[in-house]
Amino acid sequence: MNGGKSRELKLGALGRVEGEGALHLCVHNGEVTEARLKIYEPPRFFEAFLRGRAHTEPPDITSRVCGICPVAYQLSACRAVEDACGTVIDGRLAALRRLLYCGEWIESQTLHIHLLHAPDFFGCDSVIELARIQRAEVERGLRLKQSGNAIVELLGGRSIHPINIRVGGFHRVPTRAELRSLAERLRRERDAAVDMVRWVSGFDFPDAGCDHELLALAEPGSYAIESGTPTAMDAPSTAGLPADADRALPTRAFDVHTFGDHVVERQVPYSTALHSVLDGRRHLTGSLARYAISGRWLSPIALEAARDAGLGDPRQGTVCRNPFRSIIVRAVEVLYAIDEALRIIDTYEPPAHPAVKVPPRAGTGHGATEAPRGLLYHRYTLDAKGTVTGANLVPPTAQNQGAIEEDLRRTVRERLRDGEPTDAELTALCERVIRNHDPCISCSAHFLDLRVHRPHSAAREGNPPTGA
Amino acid sequence: MPTEGGRRPKLAVWKFASCDGCQLTLLDCEDELLGIAEEVEISYFLEASSATDPGPYDLSLVDGSITTRQDAERIQHIRSVSRRLVTIGACATAGGIQALRNYADVAEFRAAVYAKPEYIATLATSTPISAHVPVDLELRGCPIDRGRLVEVITAFLAGRKPDVPDHSVCFECKLRGTPCVIVAHGTPCLGPVTHAGCGALCPAYGRGCYGCFGPSNSINFSAFIPLLRRDGMDTLDVVRVLRTFNTAAPEFDAASREEARR
Repeated sequence: MNGGKSRELKLGALGRVEGEGALHLCVHNGEVTEARLKIYEPPRFFEAFLRGRAHTEPPDITSRVCGICPVAYQLSACRAVEDACGTVIDGRLAALRRLLYCGEWIESQTLHIHLLHAPDFFGCDSVIELARIQRAEVERGLRLKQSGNAIVELLGGRSIHPINIRVGGFHRVPTRAELRSLAERLRRERDAAVDMVRWVSGFDFPDAGCDHELLALAEPGSYAIESGTPTAMDAPSTAGLPADADRALPTRAFDVHTFGDHVVERQVPYSTALHSVLDGRRHLTGSLARYAISGRWLSPIALEAARDAGLGDPRQGTVCRNPFRSIIVRAVEVLYAIDEALRIIDTYEPPAHPAVKVPPRAGTGHGATEAPRGLLYHRYTLDAKGTVTGANLVPPTAQNQGAIEEDLRRTVRERLRDGEPTDAELTALCERVIRNHDPCISCSAHFLDLRVHRPHSAAREGNPPTGA
Repeated sequence: MPTEGGRRPKLAVWKFASCDGCQLTLLDCEDELLGIAEEVEISYFLEASSATDPGPYDLSLVDGSITTRQDAERIQHIRSVSRRLVTIGACATAGGIQALRNYADVAEFRAAVYAKPEYIATLATSTPISAHVPVDLELRGCPIDRGRLVEVITAFLAGRKPDVPDHSVCFECKLRGTPCVIVAHGTPCLGPVTHAGCGALCPAYGRGCYGCFGPSNSINFSAFIPLLRRDGMDTLDVVRVLRTFNTAAPEFDAASREEARR
């Protein structure tokens, strides 16, 4: 480089994210010239080896994409296969699926809040260190997480890669008595979740915004989880508003069958994940998007907790565009998921059959659900015998990659205006920006390697120990 | 395991090609997690901590299979800085579901998923850790069982051999009191050839075992496969059920290849 001052930062192995990633950041004359979230998780080729499998197999097989959100994979797979076969699962079986999904939300969101994200707000490296200064809060979080696991274990058999989910429903459905004892536990944890929302709302949040379209499923009358129509909210700049504007903006919806026409994947040379764009523009999925699209349908206790936590009232058109505050939205979603699980259990009647028959037919099916970290879409093409001839999985982190890179550019640019940060400060800040979106790199292929380029000083390499 | 100077033993957790589920099992030990952290020093566990200690380590838990040249080098280094190395799960122990590439043309796989396959560096096979370095113990399962993971860590701390039986799932079904789904319902079930460890979950939920813990210590495929056929599976079904999360385990691999030749 000639002329002005340049620096390059490299972080070789990002901690407290699920999977393997790195970051490469180049700064020239105070401007960020490059911000790349590099995903070097080794590719595993699910879409290739799904071809030739039976139409009953994608739920079990694709759950192995991600150990943190296997239910999301199983239920997006079920929806897509059932869609291809022209079957709709509704009523009691659909309610049980939603209950199962609530369990995964509780488990995964509390994991992110306590074990991955909260340590950032206390300057700790890990939850173990955090537990030394916030023992009661960490223990409360682990109990909450356990209650989410308990739902998945009862309905799914085990919390990681549940065995009881099938195309058409379940292998076995729970009895009312089994759910009653679960409900007693959840009622206690609902109070704990209210306290957790209050706890995270007291953290110190940097001012920030995000100028992305927000994409989430919408299901009027309900906070969409296991079904809904993809719905996008405009980015604030299109309305001449700043990135941190907290106003809801116009939305547009599209049929899930046209998902591939709207969300287009493209490959970048530095990543084993495919980047996605929505109608040619950058978009974000996940908690902030869901809260913007479906927030008004939260239950009264969750709405009240959100208001007390400073998130405003989504029924009055308030949204949250500060990614650092996503931890509060996640906490509100945990509270909602517990409340919703209790509602489903209270009205539970066992379905007549644990599953409906889903005879195969030739065709293409589409399925989208809200994984804890964002919208997860599956598409399968089947032949007349039900053999999979084509498969496409679009995970949330691949969709969020462009938004995360933009957040990095914005945050670093703003930080540089306030004076010259050290590499260590800048690196820590970038890691926080990435963790705000709970990236799941196993899903998107998987891993983060942060590099900040600065020719004037020795580049920092944070690579994990290798034999090299 | 006693260490010099009475310091806490150092634990490291490593990730290769996998879904992360097996290392996540450690974070799912909600009741034991903070207790374990008092007994061992968690020196390297990227999913849980951004602090990294360069080692050496007393116990390394390895999640995932080897699918890239860099990872084949990295596991050599990890072995050289680990007193004990335990693989956790089907990927690390048998190559995982990504070992389905072993039956295919990986260049075609790459082209099927990526528009610009030349950007993607990968090996033609997915191999278990034991194909590259000596392994002290293999913990099976897709995913591993939480109780067994705690047993391995506590046994290591006490300096004793962990109690992880390698008999078949059938033993666990009997212990659980679940009626045999093969005998009672004619449901095809891999329980008789599958390694115990899950607590015989699938039969308890009314479905046949699908072999996610890999082969047990007592298999007899020439007697077993006719039972699968009797219960309605054809050749393609048998190949598919053997070619999942432990497809590259030698016993399952041999049986599925033989079946595919039929």
